Amino acid sequence: MPQCRFLLLISILAAFSACSPKSSDTASKMTVADQAIKEGILIRGNGAEPQGIDPHVVTGVPENRIISSLIEGLIAYHPSDDNIPEPGVAESWEHNEDYSKWVFNLRKDALWSNGDPVIADHFVYSWNRMLHPEFGAKYSDMLLIVKGAKEYLSGETADFSAVGVKATDPHTLEVELVGPTPFYLSMLKHYSWYPVHPPTVEEFGGMTALSNPWTREGYVGNGPFILEEWIPSSVLKVKKSPTYWDRDRVKLNGIHFLPIESETTEDRAFTAGELHVTSIVPSDRILKYLEEKPDKIHIDPLLTVYFYRFNVEKPPFDDVRVRQALSLSIDRTSIIERITQGGETEATAFTPPGISGYFPPALSGYDPDKARALLAEAGFPGGEGFPKGVEVLFNTNESHKAIAEAAQAMWATELGIQVGILNQEWKVYINSQQTLAYTISRSGWQGDYMDPYTFLSMWTTGNGNNNTGWSNDEYDELILEQAVSETDTAKRLKILEKAETILLQEAPVAPIYWYTRKYLLDPRLKEYNPKLLDNRPYKYMYFEE
Amino acid sequence: MLRFILSRVLQAIPVLFIIVTLTFFMVRLAPGGPFDQERAMSAASKEAINRQYGLDKPLLSQYTAYLSDLLKGDMGPSLSSPGRQVNEIIFSKLPNSIQLGLFSLAFALIVGIPAGMLASLKQNSWLDYIPMTGAMVGICLPTFVIGPILSTVFGPWLGWLPVIGWSGGIEFKVLPTATLGLAYAAYVARLTRGGMLEILGQDFIRTAWAKGASTFSVVFKHALRGGLIPVVSFLGPALAGLISGSFVVETIFVIPGLGQEFVNSALNRDYFLVLGTVLFYAALIIVMNILVDIAVVWLNPRSKFE
Repeated sequence: MPQCRFLLLISILAAFSACSPKSSDTASKMTVADQAIKEGILIRGNGAEPQGIDPHVVTGVPENRIISSLIEGLIAYHPSDDNIPEPGVAESWEHNEDYSKWVFNLRKDALWSNGDPVIADHFVYSWNRMLHPEFGAKYSDMLLIVKGAKEYLSGETADFSAVGVKATDPHTLEVELVGPTPFYLSMLKHYSWYPVHPPTVEEFGGMTALSNPWTREGYVGNGPFILEEWIPSSVLKVKKSPTYWDRDRVKLNGIHFLPIESETTEDRAFTAGELHVTSIVPSDRILKYLEEKPDKIHIDPLLTVYFYRFNVEKPPFDDVRVRQALSLSIDRTSIIERITQGGETEATAFTPPGISGYFPPALSGYDPDKARALLAEAGFPGGEGFPKGVEVLFNTNESHKAIAEAAQAMWATELGIQVGILNQEWKVYINSQQTLAYTISRSGWQGDYMDPYTFLSMWTTGNGNNNTGWSNDEYDELILEQAVSETDTAKRLKILEKAETILLQEAPVAPIYWYTRKYLLDPRLKEYNPKLLDNRPYKYMYFEE
Repeated sequence: MLRFILSRVLQAIPVLFIIVTLTFFMVRLAPGGPFDQERAMSAASKEAINRQYGLDKPLLSQYTAYLSDLLKGDMGPSLSSPGRQVNEIIFSKLPNSIQLGLFSLAFALIVGIPAGMLASLKQNSWLDYIPMTGAMVGICLPTFVIGPILSTVFGPWLGWLPVIGWSGGIEFKVLPTATLGLAYAAYVARLTRGGMLEILGQDFIRTAWAKGASTFSVVFKHALRGGLIPVVSFLGPALAGLISGSFVVETIFVIPGLGQEFVNSALNRDYFLVLGTVLFYAALIIVMNILVDIAVVWLNPRSKFE
């Protein structure tokens, strides 16, 4: 009978599928992905449902993937190298000798999707919005590099004209920064600096309303694509913009962003021919794809680091030797080869490689003999007397768990110490990390722009992202004084290298590996290039059968 | 009957009030807030966001403000999707959840009732053992096992059915419906069998047999009505559960339903959306139970509206 029922079920399903025009007859010939290619539509898996598509309100990778198709900043993404600034709304720019004052010349043919010209005042309005003390932009600290921005955000001054951004004419934007910032162009690619269309924002609720529904009721963008349809938790469709200044270069007719939260569902959808690109590959499938379909799986390096934080306010991690000992006894290669298996690289420093001109010292590594000696020096020879209750905290996730267990075993074997592991649900974990309610905590950090500053400024005393209790005067001096006043780029990077050396020697963190982006890609899609910041500009992509 | 319904509705009001109050304070007790993220935001921004949503006010005044909005039918804004209202989220996703729920329920009844009846009529034979073993397996196999199996077989392997999506033709509905409905079908089969066995053993059935009534007449005219009472009692909570969405099935098949909101709102500490979904679910269960009580009285002449 169950067999009968199963057979019945199959025959019902078969009947259904026979009735449907799309499937049985055509399935073997043409998949959804094939059909989309004919129409010039890219279908991509996009992880979680986006929180929104207002560049000043949201944070996150899925949101960025969509917004970057709809809005363009002063500087655009280069098709293959994140170190290179590509002209966006700004067709050219100048800066003074020490990179603290910038002038951007806006192109005259830059238009919003409703036909209005994109003018310098729109950037002034947008940055005012980002920094407005009543708005509450999550990424407002990205803009604090603008002179007077900090005072405006904190409410010390209510006059935005005191902030260093001015439209001297409709197509000229002048920006004054707090100090020399040679990497400013790279920062400008981040969506926190993107413009919004002021009349639209005003029409639907005003500059400072977080719950402004303009993104759903009247989206106006200036990017290569315009919003076509957004059905939450189902699909977000964009289509080629007829008003974009570089529209002749845009080859795709549209993009469908599918919010697929489950990695295995996304994998099945790709295999069934319903997607061209996935946002991830389930870790247990990576090796299989590498063996069987090497033309479809891609593993690109990212400017992202996986690391452990030590709470230096709690013994025994108030002793630098203990921190170093634990860091030196993590066999990173073994973690990468046996657990993550996704082509990650051993993190020999905190800042990932790839930023032009920056070569951080390779100080974090595997040296169990030295680790044992350091631990003995710190008063715990062979792990004797090592305090109980030390735990690795991580947010609930199989991979984090496996890595924590591996570290736990390595510390037990190499150092003779017993360390527990503790998983917490995401928000609880964030809370524990930010209130220093942990001893060791797993973390990740993704660079926002192509400069070591995005990895090093967070370790200054009292920085909101430090979360280790670590403080070092020399480090603070290098990062907050010297690096921000040095006008020579090479010398500045040397200062940052020196700072990173201190960070690695002091070891409030143990870098473990540098991330990779693993995804499945239909080989017919071209110009989907590896990018360290994971920004893939759609305007260059096309299909080739 | 009108008095019965009225009294049940009146009873529901304090129940809902207690649920709202408990949920309101419980979700606030959970560590971590809606705007906590890995990358800390500036203190000024955090204060501004809290002000925007009135979260800077004392908890008690937030509570009274929420209740007064609720009485006006406004369940507040979503904190994790700025620009969206809880009302809008629930009512935009509800139709999909109702559709999926009803399809699955229909599937469960069509498969479950005949199987249960057959098993009860042929008690202790292979026609009883095999479907009941199958039902036990169906109950035990969770949707996150059945879903991927069905999806892999009919998607990538056979290429017959789409593996993601819901809106569109009937082909999009088949796999999610079967996945979600299978476990319910198994329950329905077991409950039908149990209910039927109890009725079939009663005097009035024996009398019917003795009077020479045909099997068809005994089963369908006399036994089925009483035998289905356990199934009907089960239907209320089952339908409420089905309609309020299934997180797993929605995630596996990328269906824009309420189940994902229900789970994600809690994970995101989206206070108002948590309250909205809990309240909606609670109201749904209450309504379904009232309907079931009415149906049971209608089916069972011995019970009365009380």
